[in-house]
Amino acid sequence: MTDASINASTAQSGDAEFGDYFALLKPRVMSLVVFTALVGLLAAPVSVHPVIGFCAILFIAIGGGASGALNMWWDADIDKVMVRTRKRPIPAGKVDGGEALSLGLALSGLSVIMLALATNIMAGAWLAFTIFFYVVVYTMWLKRLTPQNIVIGGAAGAFPPVIGWVAATGSMTIEPWLMFALTFMWTPPHFWALALFMRSDYDDAGVPMLTVTHGRPSTRKHILVYTILLALLAVGTGFSSIGGALYLATALVLNALFLQGAWKIWRRDEVACEADNFKVERSFFKLSLLYLFLHFGAILFEAVLKPYGLGGW
Amino acid sequence: MSLRKEHELHHRRKGRNLGVGVLLASFVVLILALTMVKVTSSGFKFPNSSADSQQTEG
Repeated sequence: MTDASINASTAQSGDAEFGDYFALLKPRVMSLVVFTALVGLLAAPVSVHPVIGFCAILFIAIGGGASGALNMWWDADIDKVMVRTRKRPIPAGKVDGGEALSLGLALSGLSVIMLALATNIMAGAWLAFTIFFYVVVYTMWLKRLTPQNIVIGGAAGAFPPVIGWVAATGSMTIEPWLMFALTFMWTPPHFWALALFMRSDYDDAGVPMLTVTHGRPSTRKHILVYTILLALLAVGTGFSSIGGALYLATALVLNALFLQGAWKIWRRDEVACEADNFKVERSFFKLSLLYLFLHFGAILFEAVLKPYGLGGW
Repeated sequence: MSLRKEHELHHRRKGRNLGVGVLLASFVVLILALTMVKVTSSGFKFPNSSADSQQTEG
């Protein structure tokens, strides 16, 4: 260590705290990845040794975190502009972009190899594809190119239950794709509702959000259409082998509420929104968080109760 | 000459080094546990390499 580094009053490259590196992994997104991957793993019709199951979830989470770090490395320029992302480690000057790139690449390689070794090659391959899809297809290629960016990003976020299922079974069936579709169809209405009341953020960053390119009435219509399709899918999943009475009841109640919210959003105009500070959009966004958690929670309950003759059909 | 007063920078680096150390130790324990589970599972077979057979013959 040199005296020069001791005298430095501000953080230099390589001097970030441990928590700053952890923040690069997007812990909140990771918690969703962990939860949905766990549901995928436990809903599979095979028993997994707890240590192998723990390793599978851990490495899927690390893979998700690695893609988050690579996303932050690439998007540092727009993160600096948006209020929501301004405090992230790179725009805040705590971590160097090159460090985020190195961390993301190292953890990507580690997570894919370790998942393949701990479970099976197919699960490792799916994790590698998910990282590639999120970082290259979504972040680098389509995010700044098309207003359907959220739909594409939603696909990347929907893979964890599929990987969890494949890690447990080593094979593929329709059920993990139903869980994939649930997250995939849920993402657009969730983010477009956010974009409706955070509009200046995306405008300033120049990200072609639907609200900017097609206008706000069109975004409201998109939310309604996606919500209708999502409701059909979510209720339909209740009749599959991962569904059951509890799931179906949960889906019916939540989708009725979600459809009601989407309908209200579609019917509203900007004057009404400005008057109540986007009250309906904000409550729809909050409900969307609960919506996904409870759907996957219900699938988990069905799977856990099944050995006791209670879950499933 | 030794530096007596600890700078805030040292705290940051200490925390980071400690975090990396704990992570590495946890990783070692995890790999050990995973290996034990794999090796003791009913379907596990030791690979038959040519080196093994040569040693057995010798």
